[in-house]
Amino acid sequence: MKQGYAQGLFTKAATGMGLHPFPRPSANISVAYTNPYGCTMAPCTYCGFCERFGCANYSKSSPQTCVLPALVREPTFEARTECEVTKVNLSGDGKTATGVTYVDANGDEWEQPADLVLVCAYSLFNVRLLLLSGIGKPYNPVRDEGVVGRNYAYQTGSGSTAIFEDAKFNPFAAAGSLGVALDDYNSDNFDHGPHGFVGGASITSAHTNGRPILYHPTPRGTPNWGSVWKKAVRETYQRVTNIGAQGSVMSYRNNYLDLDPTYKDPLGRPLMRMTFDYQDNERKMANWMADRCDEIAKAMGAKTTQINRLVGPWSVVPYQTTHNTGGAIMGSDPKTSALNRYLQSWDVSNVFVMGASAFPQNAGYNPTGTVGALTYWALDAILKYVKSPAPLVHS
Amino acid sequence: MTSGRMTWIARLSYAVALLPLIAAGDAAADPDNYVDVARGKALVAAGDCVACHTAKGGAPFAGGLALQTPFGAIMTPNITPDNATGIGSWSADDLARAMHEGRRPGGNFLYPAFPYPYYTKVTRADVDAIYAYLRTLEPVTDSVDRNTLPVPFNIRLSMLGWNALFFKPGPFVADPNRSAEFNRGAYLVEGLGHCGACHTPFNAFGANKADRYLQGNQIDYWTAPNITNDMQSGLGKWSVDNVVEYLKTGQTATSLASGPMKDVIENSTSKMPDADLKAIAVYLKERGAAGSPAPAPLPATDQRMQVGEAIFVDTCAACHTRAGSGVEHLFPKLAGNVVTTQDDPASLIRIVIAGGRAAATDARPTSPAMPSLGFRLNDEQVAAVVTYVRNSWGNAALPVSADTVRALRARVTGAGD
Repeated sequence: MKQGYAQGLFTKAATGMGLHPFPRPSANISVAYTNPYGCTMAPCTYCGFCERFGCANYSKSSPQTCVLPALVREPTFEARTECEVTKVNLSGDGKTATGVTYVDANGDEWEQPADLVLVCAYSLFNVRLLLLSGIGKPYNPVRDEGVVGRNYAYQTGSGSTAIFEDAKFNPFAAAGSLGVALDDYNSDNFDHGPHGFVGGASITSAHTNGRPILYHPTPRGTPNWGSVWKKAVRETYQRVTNIGAQGSVMSYRNNYLDLDPTYKDPLGRPLMRMTFDYQDNERKMANWMADRCDEIAKAMGAKTTQINRLVGPWSVVPYQTTHNTGGAIMGSDPKTSALNRYLQSWDVSNVFVMGASAFPQNAGYNPTGTVGALTYWALDAILKYVKSPAPLVHS
Repeated sequence: MTSGRMTWIARLSYAVALLPLIAAGDAAADPDNYVDVARGKALVAAGDCVACHTAKGGAPFAGGLALQTPFGAIMTPNITPDNATGIGSWSADDLARAMHEGRRPGGNFLYPAFPYPYYTKVTRADVDAIYAYLRTLEPVTDSVDRNTLPVPFNIRLSMLGWNALFFKPGPFVADPNRSAEFNRGAYLVEGLGHCGACHTPFNAFGANKADRYLQGNQIDYWTAPNITNDMQSGLGKWSVDNVVEYLKTGQTATSLASGPMKDVIENSTSKMPDADLKAIAVYLKERGAAGSPAPAPLPATDQRMQVGEAIFVDTCAACHTRAGSGVEHLFPKLAGNVVTTQDDPASLIRIVIAGGRAAATDARPTSPAMPSLGFRLNDEQVAAVVTYVRNSWGNAALPVSADTVRALRARVTGAGD
């Protein structure tokens, strides 16, 4: 993928500061390609929609582009669309899944028997489905007991907005994850001694889009509407770029998921409740990272910068990240984890749970790569399991 | 198809075998020969019988597909071996008579929507193998109303005259001066494959014009292109390997099948042996070239070209590229693509208006889609961009008028298949 002007400035500035920027992985493709399944992809046109929309250009490595065209040709494959699994059904002793119950688009309820159930409903819904199905003991934060819902973690976002005197960043020429990043301040890559926090962040220069409704940056203090706002959008749109820090979040006893005691979905099932706030360690880390971002922004030549700090409690209102982790974590002890190292439920051995719900902590990273790797890891184990169904790890 | 022309085959993929319901007769003897059955299955694939003898969402070969012709609707018959509603009571001789003579077991005439003018060339041994395979199908009880044609077209005796004029019964005769491969290809194309049924223009009576064999035709508002070896609009620029790859996988690196040919490839040619596909390709490449000569391309200064170019850059170039080179195995190359330079621009127009989807095969499963653009391009704009494509990057073909687009739009809007 070709990097934009901002990424060039970032790379030069960061390298000059002794840091190690690199093109960050993205699921876009730069040249025509036919994958091992025979599915064909076209070069990305940098249209700047793909972080929130499907790709009509066959340039994003989504399942419908890369896998499903080959999979639907398999005589043994069937997808039932517009259906929602409402629970995993269990045998009388609760130790074996017997299948799933699902509701179709007409609202009719069906039971699908199964020898093996893979829960792949996205990390938050994986947790809810386990809770609704009674698989694994629900987490109780007061007693610090139980496993399903524990270790839920979010991410921190902080950084610096760089406004240039005279630049043309063309933010509309973009792709979802196109950009450059550095890991010098991530994980254990740096000495935490003087800083008083654990964890870290990946620091990124990226433009994901220039879409007219979503993307209209203005300097801090600009009114949110009216002619002054319009003037500011016009003046700022091409001259602003952002340096962002996507930071880790540790898991805490008071951050967890459970079933809501009050609110229910249209099928009468309890909604999932998320109890979460940032803790001091994360605030300290994120704000230290914001200063690092600001240093880079200044070195890039910004006329002015605005530091974006992590202040106040977590809020559901502004978009921050979709990178939810935990709630049904993998581990070595069935008292503190819902799944064994092969993503197999400790309690119901013919249930496997795929997704970032398995992560015990949230790294300062997009989880997709790890989710994919863990899924391959689990599938390899499932091939063994199918030959001889039993718990793959003895508790 | 041009209005006023009466054609028997209005929908390419639904060319119908008008095999009648049988009132009486004992179930015929079952030939129980595995080799024949397997060969028969392959021949039924080569003939693409399933495409016409299957209703949308219906059981394969159980018929019931409504065929719209200028004469009225014709329903395709059930050819599963059900005694009451299918052809369970037919003998092998009955099937041979239908295939070779266009006659029902009782002697009544079939309509040539069932392409017996082609099937007459199929050997008796092949017909028997087809019969053997059809006998193995699960009988499906599915009564199809066969009396949907209005007076006077429901008078089957009228086919006596049609046959006298246009039907030359008789087996395939190999050309001793040609290779065995050429003759195998000729046998498949002229017989079971019945390629000419769609790729040859019709006369006023719905018969293929013998003097313009395989020179292209409009069918179901798609262009069935010239498949002679013509350079301007035929297979002249394609190698034998290109033709084989296209029939086997649904595409070459630069051209992707859509429309009715998508069904033909998915149901039929992708399942045929490579040797037969090669024979077809050799025959089509070696039998000769015929077609209209290329006109001079419109100059870039022509206003239609300038309007068309502006639309192309905004709307088409992201996928097909500014140079018309497309993306290999995904977005067709427009430069030098003979679909763009057919005399009849129907395919080009309808793909712009209603979109399309390319064939999916085991080798090439992606089946990429072209979005429909009819909702935001008016008739003049479609005409301009199509005219631009037909006259850019070395392409040269007659310009397309807004009236032509308007007439086609009325037929295809919303039919993004």
